[in-house]
Order: sequence, then C-alpha cells, then structure tokens
Amino acid sequence: MSEGISQPDQPEPHPGEGKDLFSKFDSLIGQRQALLDSGLEDPFNLVMEKVLSPTRAICNGRETILLGTYNYMGMTFDPEVVAAGQKALADFGSGTTGSRVLNGTYQGHRECEDALREFYGMDHAMVFSTGYQANLGIISTIAGKGDYVVLDIDSHASIWDGCALGNAEIVPFKHNDMEAMEKRLRRIPEEAGKLVVLEGVYSMLGDIAPLKEMVAVAKKYGAMVLVDEAHSMGFIGENGRGVVETAGVIDDVDFIIGTFSKSVGTVGGFCVSNHPKFEIMRLVCRPYVFTASLPPSVVATAATSIRKLMHGSNKRAHLWENSRTLHAGLKELGFQLGTDTPESAIIAVIMPDLERGAAMWEALLKEGLYVNLARPPATPANMTLLRCSLCAEHSSEQVETILDMFERAGKATGIIG
Amino acid sequence: MDRAEVDSRIRSLIEPFNKKGVTITDDTTFAGDLEFDSLTVMDFVAAIEDEFDIIISMNQQAEIEKYGQLVDAVCKLADD
Ligand SMILES: Cc1ncc(COP(=O)(O)O)c(C=O)c1O
Repeated sequence: MSEGISQPDQPEPHPGEGKDLFSKFDSLIGQRQALLDSGLEDPFNLVMEKVLSPTRAICNGRETILLGTYNYMGMTFDPEVVAAGQKALADFGSGTTGSRVLNGTYQGHRECEDALREFYGMDHAMVFSTGYQANLGIISTIAGKGDYVVLDIDSHASIWDGCALGNAEIVPFKHNDMEAMEKRLRRIPEEAGKLVVLEGVYSMLGDIAPLKEMVAVAKKYGAMVLVDEAHSMGFIGENGRGVVETAGVIDDVDFIIGTFSKSVGTVGGFCVSNHPKFEIMRLVCRPYVFTASLPPSVVATAATSIRKLMHGSNKRAHLWENSRTLHAGLKELGFQLGTDTPESAIIAVIMPDLERGAAMWEALLKEGLYVNLARPPATPANMTLLRCSLCAEHSSEQVETILDMFERAGKATGIIG
Repeated sequence: MDRAEVDSRIRSLIEPFNKKGVTITDDTTFAGDLEFDSLTVMDFVAAIEDEFDIIISMNQQAEIEKYGQLVDAVCKLADD
C-alpha cells in the first residue's frame, strides 16, 4: 500500500484498452501470419505420421529423410533398447506417479545413474526429468545471492532460465571469447563464489568451445565450472564423453550436464560430478524435488542405450565421416556454413533472410528432406539458419542424396547460383 | 569519480552506437529512444565495462533504462 493521495493504489481500468494479456504477442502473430499467407508450409507445425527408422519418416504425407533430429547415434530403434523399455513397462508399469525423493525412485532410476557414473567415470550422477530441468535446477541451486554466474552469451535457453530462477549476479560474455571471459572473472570480487557455465557444442552453429583454455582460465580465478554436453554425448571424444574428453579437461570440470533426448534417444536429463557434497542436491534442488520422476520404461531404455554408447566407436567414426562429407559437399555447392570445418554432428547453413530461409526449408521438404529452420531470436546475431544434424545411421548414399536435394532446392530458390 | 567526467567518457563511447544521432540527455531511454537491441546492449555494456574496469551484471542492467541512470550506476561502481 502506498501513500498516494491523488491516485488510487490500483490503476484505473481504461475501458477497451490494454486489457488483453495477449496483446504483447501481436507483432509475432503478425509476422507468422505474413509467412503463412505467402503460401508456405508452416515450418513450426510439421507432423510425422509414421517413423520408419532413425533417419526416415512420413512427414505431412511424404516419405522424408530426417536431417533435423538430435538422434545422433540412432539409438531410438535399437532392438536391445526397445526390449529393455518393453520389459520395464510390463514389470514396473507405465509411470511412477511421484517425485524422485518420495515414491519416484525405482530400481531403474538407480541403474540409470549407475550407467551414467560408469559412462563418465565420475562419483555422482543425478537423473532429472529433462535436460532443461537439470540446467534449471543445478544452476539456480548452486549459485545463490552474492555469487556470480559467468556464461557465454549464446547459451541454451535452459541455462538462461536457470540464471533467471536463481538469485546470483549474471555476467555474460561474448561467444567463445576467452579474453572477454577472463576480464569478467578478473573484475569479480575475489571472495565471491563463481560459476562458469559453458557448452561443449553450441547447437545453433555446431561450433565447439575451446574448453582446454577456458577451463584453465576459470580455474585460475577459482571458479567452479559447469559444462553442458547435450550435443556431444555419445559422439565426441574417444569414449563419447564429450568435448571435455577431447580437450582433456574432464577431471577439471565440476559438473557435466547432459540429456537423454539426443544421442541416448529417449527423454530425461542429468548432472554428473565428483564434488564430495553433491548428493545434497537431491534435497535442495527444486526442479528435481517438485516434479514427477521419469517412467520406468524411459530410464530402462536410457540405461541400456548409455551402456551401448560406451562401445560405440564404430558408429562414432561413421558419424564423423557423414559430418565431413556433408560439410565439404555443401561448401562445394556454394552454401555459407556456420563453421569453416565440421566441428560436430550439426552443420548450420546460413540463409540470407527469414523469407528465403523459409522458402528453402519448404523446397527441401518437398524434395523429401527435413532440416530445422532456426530464426531470431533463438539464433546468434539474428541469423536465419537451416540446421542439419546428422545421424550415425545415415548411410553414405543417403548423404549423397541429401547433397543432391540441397543442390536442386538451393538453385530453385536462388540461394546458390 | 566525478559525475561530469563519467558522463563525458560514456558520451564518447555511445557515439558509434547512436546510429540516428539522437540528442542524449539524462532522460534518453536505451530501448525506446536509442532503439538498442540485445546485441547492441551487449557490445555497449562491454565497452563501458572495459573503459571503467567494472562489471555491470544483467541484474544491474535490468534497473537501468535511461542514460542518466547509467551514468549514476557507473559512478557508483567505479568508486567501489
Ligand atoms: C545445450 C542444451 N542443453 C539442454 C537442453 C535441454 O535438453 P532436454 O531436451 O532434455 O530438455 C538442450 C536441448 O535442446 C540443449 O540444446
């Protein structure tokens, strides 16, 4: 209650004006309508009527090669993975109907955490209902009032939302810019708690972070380090542990966040750590406590898939080959790409603008190829991107077919000459 | 640090970002009058941080809407 005299505390309603809470979305509604009015298929309303394999589906009535899923290792139809899920569904039922800390931890959740500890060679593993919640929970819980979170400006929404949910001071730095990161760490009061948040692979352009150098700088300033390896698990690194493994810093990072919704091929999220006090997170991390745990079938498929990924070196090699072939082929055709060399299983094709990007997306769909259309504000520097994500189950012939499709669609829409 | 000095240093830093040559007063707003988008804000904030060797966290940025508020905030941060 204020002490205003000339005005009521409650704003007076202005009849017929500004009452619809949806009016803030009007410009977005208008932009979307304009795109649809131009006769294009709606890029954000695709339905897969049938899924034939990790790489093929019937989309909007057409047989389509999938080049826009995060099914990097093609585990979704693996017979052992599917069988494990079916058995758990039959033995433990369709859901847990409870939180991890009450009645929602079954044997399967424990086995899944055991598989993760082995996969990463770490002491602790905590399974969340999604990767989004893992970032939300860990970041907001460990960085409190007076602490600082230093993060890359191109971080995933779940990292930003973890910052927004917590009470720490949030300090972003320019994408992959080590000097900008160091300057910020240097200016933070020495006695303050610091968390540096990085990603192994940045999913918009498919570029990787220089983790070796960045982790060393973070440690020099006494910061704890969290690395989100959502897009590298199972694929990057000798044992598929991610960019931290290739960079040789897995023992220096304090937390790795990951997801089951990409290489693992189901849904769920996790954090692994060697911190001696890590287990307390299970009691204090609200996005872990106040939501239901994953269904038994999901954790059974995840555990089986994670164990198979430990031995996936042949698949990893084939996926790298696919990534190199597609990258070189698209470059040769004259497309502008997000990275000079292939750094991950994501290859981003940069479009001149949203209109031509949407037209190219539709032309590819009509050719029978699904890629992801990414647009501002989800993209760095307001770019429109066609994001291609490869799968270890894409055959070499499919990759050649994909390149032919890109050539025809690119010429038809005038994006390449 | 003297407010007038902070003001004049920020004025020269803002120039390359003030594409439309808006006349800047303490009441000039960044989002409204200067039409700064989030990328411009990041680059502009980084320039100020480097100039004064300070950190303006996103929490602090959220409180700053007008030019005058920025000058006051920088004076305070540079003194700490
Ligand atoms: C970098 C990153 N972190 C976290 C997530 C969230 O994962 P999930 O799908 O399990 O919520 C994603 C997925 O989009 C991601 O790209």
